[in-house]
Amino acid sequence: MTAGQAAGTAAGTAVERRFPPVAGLTTVSLAMVVVGGILMASYVPRRPPLGLPAALACIGAALVLASVFLLSRLQDFAWDRFFVVFRWALLAYVISAAMIGFAFVRDHTRGAPLALVVLMLVIFAVDVPIIIAFTVARYSSPPHSAS
Amino acid sequence: MSDTRHLQAGPAGAGPAPARPRVQVVPVRGLPVVAAVVVFVVVSIAGNWLWALTFCHVVGGALWTAIDLFVGLIIGPILGRLPVPARTEFAARFMPKMVLLMPTLVLMTLAAGFQLALLEGNLAPSSPNHAWLVVSYCVVGVMAVIALGILEPANIAVLVEMRKARPDGEIIARLMRRFVLTAGITGVMQVATLIIMTRVATQ
Repeated sequence: MTAGQAAGTAAGTAVERRFPPVAGLTTVSLAMVVVGGILMASYVPRRPPLGLPAALACIGAALVLASVFLLSRLQDFAWDRFFVVFRWALLAYVISAAMIGFAFVRDHTRGAPLALVVLMLVIFAVDVPIIIAFTVARYSSPPHSAS
Repeated sequence: MSDTRHLQAGPAGAGPAPARPRVQVVPVRGLPVVAAVVVFVVVSIAGNWLWALTFCHVVGGALWTAIDLFVGLIIGPILGRLPVPARTEFAARFMPKMVLLMPTLVLMTLAAGFQLALLEGNLAPSSPNHAWLVVSYCVVGVMAVIALGILEPANIAVLVEMRKARPDGEIIARLMRRFVLTAGITGVMQVATLIIMTRVATQ
């Protein structure tokens, strides 16, 4: 086997390797907070009912925690690359989330609705960097077992 | 077809392979422009500045919609039929620009649009535009999940892969397929946005 063929085999493994559904769970978590955000925004400038958005935020939080748990169990994973991408993406999405939060504060959202919006924005600001960083790192990981 | 797995590799004796473009995941020179746009939008919202909000929403929305439609329905299908090395060359120059451009346009359009709707009373339940705006939230919500959950991660993963000394053509091809498919879906959904926004503007 030539060096090129060996590299090709390793790269083939990189594509075919199986990982836990971190990106899928986190994307569903993102969808939960987006739906919750839509529900709340559709009531502006009135006070929205908080039951359903709060339930969606809780599901979103549970899903992202499940993703973090699955991530923490990964071995032979490109953690250095994951954290580099995660850090920069987190910075970008914290700025995005802060701007959305600012718009809600500017529009006199206060009390429990504001707390719920902040929780959803925190989940949003963590979800997207996890998805991006995981997608990048999974194709950069050493070609051994993934879990 | 040439070996596309490792894009830097060329056939022996074929001479030196053309230099691959140096791929920058985030074009640093564009960051001041992004910062200026964000500050402008924040100032517009803070001051409830009607012209600026309208400017941000209309200009951002027009560019977002047009780029999504063009990339999803014109560039995407062309890109999908190109050989992997050609796709890679295109992506190396195109995708870093999209990393900065699209999130900035989306942020500008949505933040300004929401404030504008509030300012003009379109969010009031009695407004004939209220239902249309809620539908537009749903369309944007679906597009946001697709863009943030699938499209953007694929975009950045392609760029990171292309920075490697030996980029894997199979990984790039797989991620580019995902990029092209999701860009097509968001492009089609932009047609719904056009219908909704023209309804809102004329009621």
